[in-house]
Amino acid sequence: MEINIERNILEANDRLAVDLADLFRTKSILCLNLMSSPGAGKTSLLERTLADLGGEFKMAVVEGDLQTDNDARRVAATGAQAVQINTEGGCHLDAGMVQKALAHIDLDGLDILFIENVGNLVCPAEFSLGEDHKVTLLSVTEGDDKPEKYPLMFSISSVALLNKVDLLPYVDFDLDKAARHAKALNKDIIVMPVSCRDGEGLGQWYDWLRKERKNKK
Amino acid sequence: MHEMSVAQSILEIIRQELGKHGLSRLDTVVVKAGRLAGIVPDALLFAWEVLTKDDEFDGSKLVIEEIPLVLRCGSCGEEFTSETNMLFPCPRCGEELGHAILSGREMYIEKVEAE
Repeated sequence: MEINIERNILEANDRLAVDLADLFRTKSILCLNLMSSPGAGKTSLLERTLADLGGEFKMAVVEGDLQTDNDARRVAATGAQAVQINTEGGCHLDAGMVQKALAHIDLDGLDILFIENVGNLVCPAEFSLGEDHKVTLLSVTEGDDKPEKYPLMFSISSVALLNKVDLLPYVDFDLDKAARHAKALNKDIIVMPVSCRDGEGLGQWYDWLRKERKNKK
Repeated sequence: MHEMSVAQSILEIIRQELGKHGLSRLDTVVVKAGRLAGIVPDALLFAWEVLTKDDEFDGSKLVIEEIPLVLRCGSCGEEFTSETNMLFPCPRCGEELGHAILSGREMYIEKVEAE
């Protein structure tokens, strides 16, 4: 016999994500899900942000990686709380993994929680983690066609950081083209060219964080 | 790449549904996947085969039906379909930015055939 089901395949994840969003609301924590391909600069962005805004906000990081705790150690060196999730080959974080990781973080008084997703421009887009915003990083060495190739990722992100702009003189990367494609399915996405190496453009990122932090209260 | 997690989630939902209806033998599952959902059909079929091998659903058939990407123009409101993942100029006014996604992100189990 035929049974109509009409059930969302990722409903279990979505339910846990709603629980996480409730928790972040109750505790008044701004949660950001940071996504990019491997090597785009997520950890460098966090090192900079945690160091530069450490006096203003209490911040913590959930680090997702296939293997090793290298990133958690880099982030913890700034003095922020950091907990590592090793997905053992899994290509994305899901809400259940984040929920378990949060047991190791002191959430009281926390202003901002960053979740650094596994480096991958496809799969993490499908799994909500209860975050307030998704933030996608793209480095100029990856090519300006990436927003065109991975439209879903950019269509659901609030911010696209175009990182490593200090390398622009050495690569063929058209900032306008990348920004235009990122806006094709998301005209409200905020595109910020930055360099986590020399700090260029990070002021705009920090101002955005301050504004969102204020909105969450 | 996340097709293995997707296949596992499908299995869980189907076990619940068959239990609810007192059925045990699964013939066919029909899954609807939007063009933007990032599902590679071959990878999902492979994951399904691996996960169901030698268990109660061994030999069941997974059918994946694609839902096209339908957009509403960010400027003139025209609804249109895009076959590519390239820039999406509106066929009526040429606008390239700010289109809304009307369909193409879905990923759900539509129905099963079971005894």
